Amino acid sequence: MGRKILFITTDQQRYDTLGCNGGQLSRTPVVDGLAAEGIRYERAVPQSVVCMPSRSTMLTGQYPSTHGVWMNGVALPVDAPSVAAVLHRAGYRTALVGKPHFEPFLDPFGRFPENTIARDGLPTAQTRWADGTIGPHRGFDHLELATHSPAGNLHYARWMMEHHVDALGGFYAVLDKDLEVNADGGGDTGAPQVKVNPVARDWYHTDWVADRTIAWLDGLAADDDWFCWMSFPDPHHPWDPPASELGRVDWRDVPLPAGYPASPRERECVLDGKPRHWRLWYDGELVSNYEAPTKWVPATMTADQVREVNAVNAVEVELIDEAIGRVVAAVAARGWDDDLDVVVTTDHGELQGDFGLLFKGPYHVDGLMRLPLVWRPAPSARVAPAAVTRPVGLVDLAPTFCSIAGLAAEPWMQGQALPVDDGDAEARGFQRVLTEWDSELFGVAVHLRTITRDGWVCTTYRPGTVHDGTEGELYDLADDPLQQVNRWDDPAGRAIRDDLVADLHDHLPPVRVPRLPLEAPV
Amino acid sequence: MDVPAEQAWAVVSRADLLHLWFPGIVACTVDGDTRTITLGSGMSLAETLLTNDPLQRRFQYRIAGGLFAEHLGTIDVIALDEGRCLVVYSSDADPATMAVVLGGATGGALEELARQLETGAGPALDALSTATPTSTSTDGATA
Repeated sequence: MGRKILFITTDQQRYDTLGCNGGQLSRTPVVDGLAAEGIRYERAVPQSVVCMPSRSTMLTGQYPSTHGVWMNGVALPVDAPSVAAVLHRAGYRTALVGKPHFEPFLDPFGRFPENTIARDGLPTAQTRWADGTIGPHRGFDHLELATHSPAGNLHYARWMMEHHVDALGGFYAVLDKDLEVNADGGGDTGAPQVKVNPVARDWYHTDWVADRTIAWLDGLAADDDWFCWMSFPDPHHPWDPPASELGRVDWRDVPLPAGYPASPRERECVLDGKPRHWRLWYDGELVSNYEAPTKWVPATMTADQVREVNAVNAVEVELIDEAIGRVVAAVAARGWDDDLDVVVTTDHGELQGDFGLLFKGPYHVDGLMRLPLVWRPAPSARVAPAAVTRPVGLVDLAPTFCSIAGLAAEPWMQGQALPVDDGDAEARGFQRVLTEWDSELFGVAVHLRTITRDGWVCTTYRPGTVHDGTEGELYDLADDPLQQVNRWDDPAGRAIRDDLVADLHDHLPPVRVPRLPLEAPV
Repeated sequence: MDVPAEQAWAVVSRADLLHLWFPGIVACTVDGDTRTITLGSGMSLAETLLTNDPLQRRFQYRIAGGLFAEHLGTIDVIALDEGRCLVVYSSDADPATMAVVLGGATGGALEELARQLETGAGPALDALSTATPTSTSTDGATA
């Protein structure tokens, strides 16, 4: 028997929402406990700050430029490399329960297997792998899928439709009548994407994902090796957790985030020090990506709305932590705990009030770029607990899973197995992580390339709708942890800027040719 | 596409064969100037056929309802030389979000049309021998 792998992802969760990372709003004793027994990464960086490219990086171990999913709505090719397929071939039982999003959700034509598998109520489909093998879709022999709402054809939506149809109306409508991300406000403050949802807690997708994970685990033999990707749709907006749980965090008691400049003038000054699209979005003059509601103007957001969003987000984080606790307990009850590796992370962060902004977009700052990442190695592996300060990336997950399974990393993987401490990180050359952004929606083009290295974050811009390619951002993470002072044009920072830009260009990943088409907005 | 325009137009102009070369459309029924298509998600949409012009080699239809406030689809087959043609599938849609979805779907349709025409084999070509339009689905059922 080998080590079992429980890979837990959330969606759009900030680093500072976990207690083990200094978070104060949410109680997260389960993940905090895993961190205390294992390795906590203090600078885990995504290779994209939107879902589909980032999730594709986790699965393939490749940068977005290489796997080709350059933005939400670009489908990861069915025969793309997959670490799940590698593990399946090695004899692992493999499952993904929850949110996949390697293929577009908005799919009325039913063109993409994630949607058709769920529509037809199947556990998987036989598709072609990167090596030509015909096997279960992307290497998962069990798929049970959900997203942020019970609309659509995914398994969770179909389950809700079959068993709890009367509860459907309590959820926030993710899209509006124009099929754009909804800007409607709710809750006590009218905050966008907030809604009081009367759904019973055990019907909500967080508990459903845990329940279905436990059900899949219950079907395994005692001596099976397994890889389970448990993928919670929360705390991604809409923020509509079960109303019964809202009393956990009273928004009136929530302090404003440190990254939220208190006055409009302060916010505008900070934004004006950054490339133009920051302020243009704040003022409602430019929306560059589908994930931000086009009908919502960030400058109109009140301090109380920031508080309420943070409060409801914290509730969702607590529910996830408790759901993880149930699954970990179920694994322990099977006698597997000593051989169980648990990896907890997310695909990208959430601005959550920083700079007076919400949601996500082409903004490579800590709110979106500093991720929670905890790896509790199997106790049988005898790995000492540690905190790793060196930068690591989600691109390093796939080789980590191979390493846990006793397999060599595949040559197509571009990262390396996560370090177990800073000494290991230094010995194996964990120096830099890159992040990419390419969006071209409705004629608005934005292209960023970012390097995180030596306590700096440096972003270069390529020509786009409102950029001429000379813009940039440079932040000293030690002196400016909130990234409020852009030092791109600071003569005192010119040497480090030039060095980082050269290093970035030297390490850009290979680009997939031909470029994959945009198939849907999301 | 590496086929004469007449060959491409022979498929494109047959309104009842769309589902045989458009991935994601699983059935269609033609009744007068109304074509009802069924999408892979199970959704049905009624289209009004506007233009089927063999001189311009232009096929057009309109959808109002369902996911669309407005949608005009246009397929033009343009001869490049005796053995090659350009097929242009244009989508004008409101809400704009649907234009992105249609762009992906019609791109897939053009690839499938080219595949069938350039290999000389496929369900749309097989069905061309059918004399008159009928209602059919991709599983072979005929209504």
